[in-house]
Amino acid sequence: MTLVAAVAMTACGSRTSAEGGAAGVTADVSGDTVKVGLLNSLSGTMAISEVTVRDAIMLAVEEINAAGGVLGKKIQPVGEDGASDWPTFAEKAEKLISEDRVAAVFGCWTSASRKAVKPVFEKNKALLFYPVQYEGLEQSPYIFYTGATTNQQIVPGLDYLKAQGTTSVYLVGSDYVFPRTANKIIKAYAAANGMTVVGEDYAPLGSTEFGTIVNKVKSSGAKAVFNTLNGDSNVAFFKEYKSAGLTAAAMPVVSVSIAEEEVKGIGTQYLEGQLTAWNYYQTTPGAANNRFVAAYKAKYGADKPTSDPMEAAYVSVHLWKAMVEKAGAFDVERVRGASDGITFDAPEGLVTVDGRTQHIAKTARIGRIGADGLITEVWNSGKPVAPDPYLKTYPWASGLS
Amino acid sequence: MTAVTPAPPSAAGAPAPTDAAPPNRPGGRSRLPAAAGFACGAALLFAVAPLALSDFRLALLAKYLCVAMVAVGIGIAWGRGGLLTLGQGVFFGLGGYAMAMHLKLADAGPGGMPDFMQLYGQLDELPVWWRPFASPWFALPATVLLPMAVAFGLGSLVFRRRVRGAYFAILSQALAAAMVILLIGQQGTTGGTNGLTDIQGFFGYDLDDPVNQRMVYFIIAGVLLALLALARQLVHSRYGELLVAVRDSEERVRFLGYDPASVKLVAYVVAAGMAGLAGALFVPAVGIISPALIGIVPSIEFVIGVAVGGRATLLGPVLGAVAVAWARTALSERFPGTWTYLQGLLFVVVVAFLPGGLASLWALARRRGAERAEVSTS
Repeated sequence: MTLVAAVAMTACGSRTSAEGGAAGVTADVSGDTVKVGLLNSLSGTMAISEVTVRDAIMLAVEEINAAGGVLGKKIQPVGEDGASDWPTFAEKAEKLISEDRVAAVFGCWTSASRKAVKPVFEKNKALLFYPVQYEGLEQSPYIFYTGATTNQQIVPGLDYLKAQGTTSVYLVGSDYVFPRTANKIIKAYAAANGMTVVGEDYAPLGSTEFGTIVNKVKSSGAKAVFNTLNGDSNVAFFKEYKSAGLTAAAMPVVSVSIAEEEVKGIGTQYLEGQLTAWNYYQTTPGAANNRFVAAYKAKYGADKPTSDPMEAAYVSVHLWKAMVEKAGAFDVERVRGASDGITFDAPEGLVTVDGRTQHIAKTARIGRIGADGLITEVWNSGKPVAPDPYLKTYPWASGLS
Repeated sequence: MTAVTPAPPSAAGAPAPTDAAPPNRPGGRSRLPAAAGFACGAALLFAVAPLALSDFRLALLAKYLCVAMVAVGIGIAWGRGGLLTLGQGVFFGLGGYAMAMHLKLADAGPGGMPDFMQLYGQLDELPVWWRPFASPWFALPATVLLPMAVAFGLGSLVFRRRVRGAYFAILSQALAAAMVILLIGQQGTTGGTNGLTDIQGFFGYDLDDPVNQRMVYFIIAGVLLALLALARQLVHSRYGELLVAVRDSEERVRFLGYDPASVKLVAYVVAAGMAGLAGALFVPAVGIISPALIGIVPSIEFVIGVAVGGRATLLGPVLGAVAVAWARTALSERFPGTWTYLQGLLFVVVVAFLPGGLASLWALARRRGAERAEVSTS
């Protein structure tokens, strides 16, 4: 009984008002290896996409190890399965940080998983590199965002449509945070740029019932469709779209979640001619991309395509290495301090880390899906677009954040 | 009219009345072993676990114990009452959201708004239905009373109309699906798929501090023991006998002059209250509540834990829930790529070879021991 009382007595800690609190866990870099965490869904609905990201991270780790490691230490990857379940992501992030004491974590895909782990990284003062395009409006001091924020993907996509003379769009998306927030931004853009949003529909994640939505799209007379559907829903949507007699020539669909990997799954016969907005395609020219594509295919198979999130994940590991070497230490605060201005000759072209927002400057690219399942660029922004997660430099977006 | 009613075939009504149910001895077992068991459990939870486990593992145990609280409720409703409730996630979620809403408002400070509302909802002021949750005097009772009220409303409708068996299971599951769709659709005020995350404080205590996490663990362990004591009282009371009778032969109970609908209603409402309390405590322990935790899949996972542990016993659901959750963590850490298969295999093995659940191991061992004793004395 006394023992119970004694142990229970230890449970009375600091109040919320007290400054400081937990000091965070320091990474274990005492050995001749340094551990990094890989946090992706290897099971559940997101596995099909996230496994490719895991593969790209592993490729980067192997390249770095073959070239002598980081600060003379070989990288030892520790993998955990987020299981497409947000609280599991939080649990595994905590495990990687406090049990494995990794120097950095690479991974997460959905916004919900990022939101779930964000407090874990902030509490422990540990680093997450997040490789997927997302809905913006976030800037955590302990997350580096290597995918596109809205002004590097959605806004250029809209600019492209506007330049093509599109005056009305129909918004179709999966029912979760990214599509809903993206559509909020699209509506603000449309209002300021003389476009009309003639309809807006959401389908539950994983839904395959698109008869009603496609009929509404067809009768709306929109000039284009902006598609933020995710995963399997795209298959059903594009099949329905084609059988309703809608074509890429008459009513193009701009998608922001369909990359090379997804094109394979949906079927090129349904997608040929449709548009996508990303920062990287397998066909992006350049020696760095040729090397990346060749190395990826050599390791995982000639039929495996490379895609934007994979490239961003691959880049994130190299950027982390460059930050650590500039800082001369694995210490998180010093790595963050060294991040500004770090560049990397990435497969998508030169990328630069913006230390203030912890996002990276990326070139925006609109692509058209070809019959061979690859995506070819039809437009690019010419130079890397500086990240602006809160859209502060866009007057029409002043009401958004 | 003759009073003879054909005895219903055993497979009708409740899905497969348990063969593992302990014989119902009026008056219950002697109190001594139960008291000793509680003392053992308390020592394990309050002394051994905090000393043996790291902060991280202790936080995980706190999470498992929350799941175990839901399991205690399911043990009563399903194990004792035969109500296969596949929608406990709804009540878990109601409790969790009620607590999280209060903590988010407390984090935001007086007059403040939770961060996500400005981001996704662009609201100028707090929605009306959020406002009462600013007061702990409303929010805390609501974590339990809200789920109980919903269960009462649904249960009154359903049980009076004599909906039972698979129909009741499907209905309870549909409720879970509906609630998820509702929460996701109202992103501006509920956080959508993200749920409510990034909870900083717990009634003035900073949740980032490992010492306070420990405090949350102790609260959870204490509440679980209290719920077990409550469940034991309930099961061994006259009401408990009646509940088992309703499970095994509802018609006979009706002809004896009881109202099976109210008997089932009480069990359902109690289980909902326990799930609500579990959800409320899950929030400070894990720091997140989201639709992913309350939909169909997690609701079924709650039931799986109970089935693995042994639904008709008092301790079985708790052991099963903790064992399944622990196995999930341990397997996924060891085998990140293949753990789901191993977990599935585990369920199949338990269901095939131990239909009474883990708890029946104890009875089995005792029987074996008795047989051996008989053999040696003869």
